[in-house]
Amino acid sequence: MLERLEKGMDDLRAGLNEVDCDLLVIGGGTAGPMAAYRARKKNPNAKVILLEKANVKRSGAISMGMDGLNNAVIPGHSTPEQYTKEITIANDGICDQAAVYKYAQECYSIIEELDQFGIRFQKDDNGEYDVKKVHHIGTYVLPMPNGDTVKKALYRQLRRARVLISNRYMATRLLTGKSGRAAGAIAVNTRSGEFLVIKAKAVIMCTGAAGRLGLPTSGYMYGTYENPTNSGEGYAMAYHAGAKLANLECFQINPLIKDYNGPACAYVAGPFGGYTANSKNERFIECDYWSGQMMQEFFNELQSGKGPVYLKLNHLHKDTADHIEHILHTVERPSRGRFHEQRGTKYSEQMIEMHISEIGFCSGHSASGVYVDEFARTTVPGLYAAGDMASVPHNYMLGAFTNGAIAGEHAIDFAADVDFEEFDGAAVGIEQERVLAPTKREDGIPPNQIEYKVRRLVNDYLQPPKVTAKYELCQARLAEVREDMEERMMVRDAHELMRSMEVASILDCADMAAHASLYRKESRWGLYHWRTDYPDSSDEEWKCHVLLSKQDGKMACEKKAVQPYIIPIADDEKDAYYKQRITAQA
Amino acid sequence: MPLANTPTSVPVVVDEDKCIADKGCTVCVDVCPLDVLRISDLTGKAYMKYDECWYCMPCEADCPTNAVTVNIPYLLR
Ligand SMILES: Cc1cc2nc3c(=O)[nH]c(=O)nc-3n(C[C@H](O)[C@H](O)[C@H](O)COP(=O)(O)OP(=O)(O)OC[C@H]3O[C@@H](n4cnc5c(N)ncnc54)[C@H](O)[C@@H]3O)c2cc1C
Ligand code: SF4
Ligand code: SF4
Repeated sequence: MLERLEKGMDDLRAGLNEVDCDLLVIGGGTAGPMAAYRARKKNPNAKVILLEKANVKRSGAISMGMDGLNNAVIPGHSTPEQYTKEITIANDGICDQAAVYKYAQECYSIIEELDQFGIRFQKDDNGEYDVKKVHHIGTYVLPMPNGDTVKKALYRQLRRARVLISNRYMATRLLTGKSGRAAGAIAVNTRSGEFLVIKAKAVIMCTGAAGRLGLPTSGYMYGTYENPTNSGEGYAMAYHAGAKLANLECFQINPLIKDYNGPACAYVAGPFGGYTANSKNERFIECDYWSGQMMQEFFNELQSGKGPVYLKLNHLHKDTADHIEHILHTVERPSRGRFHEQRGTKYSEQMIEMHISEIGFCSGHSASGVYVDEFARTTVPGLYAAGDMASVPHNYMLGAFTNGAIAGEHAIDFAADVDFEEFDGAAVGIEQERVLAPTKREDGIPPNQIEYKVRRLVNDYLQPPKVTAKYELCQARLAEVREDMEERMMVRDAHELMRSMEVASILDCADMAAHASLYRKESRWGLYHWRTDYPDSSDEEWKCHVLLSKQDGKMACEKKAVQPYIIPIADDEKDAYYKQRITAQA
Repeated sequence: MPLANTPTSVPVVVDEDKCIADKGCTVCVDVCPLDVLRISDLTGKAYMKYDECWYCMPCEADCPTNAVTVNIPYLLR
């Protein structure tokens, strides 16, 4: 490796530094900044490090901003009880309500705080929050007219609170102590390959979704729905640290603009009268809120011969369609305008072709995440998780902010009561050897080819409908690719080294997706876990969480009972999300 | 097995007349979440080194001289 030393940004350098802090937050996208900020606010003497693979200024799902809050529980429009009920039903009953209920109770105060940061939310003529109905039952969507300012506003607060920010460091493994408690993390500089060991009294993981699991149908590896920086390290690190992961078989699958692969934003368009239609211009689903049940109908329509499926706005007044177009082309995914311009599509004139995304893990949109309780605690003491990678279902951006805040405050109190946990020093050497192995080879397979192959296999075999025989084939093929990765992967500079570490996370996530899906022998959550060999749901056997973890070095699954509901769900309500299809079409 | 160079047409273009990287600017390189932009040793200007782009646009939005244009990657167009 050292022979390749040259001047230049991506040249590999040998190096190992060590720092310590009270609280380490990994991932500076949405949940992470809020966690670090709230921790410092609560304990101004604490040393808080925010570690980020990219640059906190522009990282994560909200790098360019956001169109609105998808799940705001605002007094006068909805109640925490209603919201908890809706999410329990949307998530097909598999819901520990305590965490959802706590989110619902606290999220309004976070909206007020974000408002103080300078992020504006839409108000009506009476100065009341202009909340829109998009969900099946309640009213929770709040537009953000200056949503493009979110990242700047957060960054200002981090500077003010003097959070220590380390950009371009990618965490690769958590450190745990002899008693199993979190002791810190190992990270690698993405531009030099130098190592950083961060000792911490508590750790919060906020590394987002596993967004590079499936391959977009365009074949462009970075044309994912999620920000592709989020390659699933949070899930992989939690697994290797012995934490339990919940309901990974509940995949994230989204209805998107075909090829562009960004949200069609029926949430924005819906309140103006836009909707999802088939090629006969007919509406076929009642409600455009994303759920597995809705995705099942979307899939059925695509298969039925009435596809493709479209976002339909061309029946609206031209001014309205143009207005929606303007919103959709300025914030969140602003390159969407360029995409349509090149295709010659105008929202006021044509319907916009939609498609089904690649699969991923993401609790923000579905329910696949590291298992956490209502204080964002994982099953490893001193280790917390918040945002898309933590198991609170349908949590979206406001969930990331709110649960980030909850995690930050709880973790900083935890850190105040404990000393540094001792860990086995050999762990660092073992990790250095693992990470650097591809730099030691003169010949081999580059990470991009290994990644492509893993993700192509994910598409071929793991994408629903889930077929047992295909899943077993996939496991065998993934094992072969793992051998290639471990024995033959080769990198030439620090940038490729980052990609090689990402491949390892992606492969771990693919294995977890297969393992958890095979364990749950029923179908649930509509398309997200549709098993052709077990097409029915079985509440008797499977109305429980599936927890996956590492036991004696191997992947294992177990059942965990859903906590008794705080908000009861009546029998005639529990299937509301399965009543999506419009039967009598006008 | 030896490696080959397979060409790709990259989505992000920098107007070298406008780019002031030679005066010390590195903004686009700093903000890119995928870390795919670099300053060229040859020209002293920013360029896209790796074709691994989310077409998200911080590079374009934050460039002080409007030198960056983000196009949609060819495979998606
Ligand atoms: C295109 C799109 C549109 C959306 N629209 C909406 C909407 O309109 N309304 C809404 O409410 N929600 C929306 N969401 C969902 C919402 O944005 C997310 O739920 C939320 O932002 C997730 O926050 P997070 O902190 O978990 O992840 P992120 O904000 O993605 O942050 C994860 C961070 O971790 C960093 N990271 C990853 N791996 C590592 C590592 N190994 N080491 C160090 N750092 C690492 C990443 O660089 C990133 O900064 C949307 C999401 C997407 C992708
Ligand atoms: S931000 Fe603009 S001026 Fe600065 S280096 Fe990049 S292209 Fe050049
Ligand atoms: S569009 Fe996004 S990913 Fe592509 S170069 Fe610019 S900042 Fe980087």
